[in-house]
Amino acid sequence: MTNKKRPETWQEVNLGCMVFSPGNASEYHTGSWRDRRPVYDNSKCIKCGICYIFCPEGCISQDADGYFVADLDYCKGCGICAHECWPGAITMLQEG
Amino acid sequence: MTRRTGMEIAFAAAEAVALCKPDVVAAYPITPNTHIPEHLSDIVADGRIDADFICVESEHSALSACCGASAAGARTFTATSSQGLLFMAEVMPIVSAMRLPVVMAIGNRALSAPINIWNDHSDIMSQRDTGWISVFASNGQEVVDMVIQGFKIAEHRDVLLPLNINLDGFQLTHVVEPMLFPDQEEVERFLPEYKPYATVHPDRVVSMGTLGMPEIFNEAMKAKDMGLINSKKVILEVWREWEEQFGRKHEPIEAYRTEGANVLLLTVGSMGETAEVAIDELRDRKMPAGLLKLKLWRPFPLEELRKAVKGAKVLAVMDRAVSCGGSAGPVCAEVKSALYGEPGCPVIVNYIIGLGGRDVTAEDFIQIVEKAAKADKEKPKEAYEIYGVRGS
Ligand code: SF4
Ligand code: SF4
Repeated sequence: MTNKKRPETWQEVNLGCMVFSPGNASEYHTGSWRDRRPVYDNSKCIKCGICYIFCPEGCISQDADGYFVADLDYCKGCGICAHECWPGAITMLQEG
Repeated sequence: MTRRTGMEIAFAAAEAVALCKPDVVAAYPITPNTHIPEHLSDIVADGRIDADFICVESEHSALSACCGASAAGARTFTATSSQGLLFMAEVMPIVSAMRLPVVMAIGNRALSAPINIWNDHSDIMSQRDTGWISVFASNGQEVVDMVIQGFKIAEHRDVLLPLNINLDGFQLTHVVEPMLFPDQEEVERFLPEYKPYATVHPDRVVSMGTLGMPEIFNEAMKAKDMGLINSKKVILEVWREWEEQFGRKHEPIEAYRTEGANVLLLTVGSMGETAEVAIDELRDRKMPAGLLKLKLWRPFPLEELRKAVKGAKVLAVMDRAVSCGGSAGPVCAEVKSALYGEPGCPVIVNYIIGLGGRDVTAEDFIQIVEKAAKADKEKPKEAYEIYGVRGS
């Protein structure tokens, strides 16, 4: 019952592919899927937290000043936050 | 002490399960397996065993409940038939991939349509590749034996796989037969307490059934496949132990009067008993015919089959399911691929019989053997024949 990184061979696969290290999904950076990133214009933000609630990835957090930021290691670029932000504080910017 | 009791085989299956003291039984009724969970619910309600009987709203939920209960470390049993098994299909490969030793009895029944409640093997054949150990009983005694053996095999540390016991609907489920039942002490001597490999529990964190990316999936499938292939060693070991303790022999392929046989019949399930009568009759007529009864369907006993057919000129494989649009019935297709390229491989012919409860008699087998005996001289026109179909 050891925790290991990706098994190199089938013999190293944990029985039943069981995972014994909780929360290790965070090791997988879904941000690599992204083709657009959310850019926040805090001058329009009313700190309602709607973006935080709607983000399917749960990667938006509140900073010390009460504004919201997306963790780009995990943000998939779906644009839901921009769609839901009714004051229009978030724009999706094409990744280069 | 072992006692000999006459009862309906479905009830006997339930009594055998009770002897194994399951923690959780979840099932949804469907003919012809219904008497198994029905009798188990009586046993639980009467307080004869300390188990949770979960009444669910569907077979999908029945197997899902078993999956969860087994993941929590419970000894778990379910039973179903036909479309009920198909409704479990989504969960079938999950239980095996999660290596959960759920034991299931399948009262084999035809798949609709047309709606038919009677026996054939189309239900289990549709679930052939899901990674479960699969055994076929040919009579009530074998059902009792296989249930008790089943828990030991499935829960063995070198196996940890779900197992299904196939008993022909009505031909077995509803037949009253005298059977030997071991007593509680004897069962406990044979079947150790279930010690799960890992369980979902707040104190010991484990995730089961998680996402597997493409870079791990090949390896995960190979590991699952090898788990099933390697289970054969334990199956043979458990059957040996059974024979030592209870005196009844179980083999992957049971040979009946095969000495010097030119023609071999290969059957699966209860039709093997009828075929024995036919073989006796043919032997009386000095016809060198023999019978192979396939008991272990998954993992498929390749070596045993290759050995068993040695010396025969013709092998007539009986299927009780149609692989529509395929090259042969499911059992025959397996047999052919196992024997392909084997030196001295017999001519293989395939008869599909007993669909949807159509009666199969000893006389049918006699005619099949006589017909098959000519196949090494003259190849049959069709790759397989639905025996007795009107209009052929
Ligand atoms: S784009 Fe999608 S994933 Fe990224 S922060 Fe917005 S809602 Fe979350
Ligand atoms: S939804 Fe828009 S306005 Fe509301 S907190 Fe998020 S960025 Fe600010």
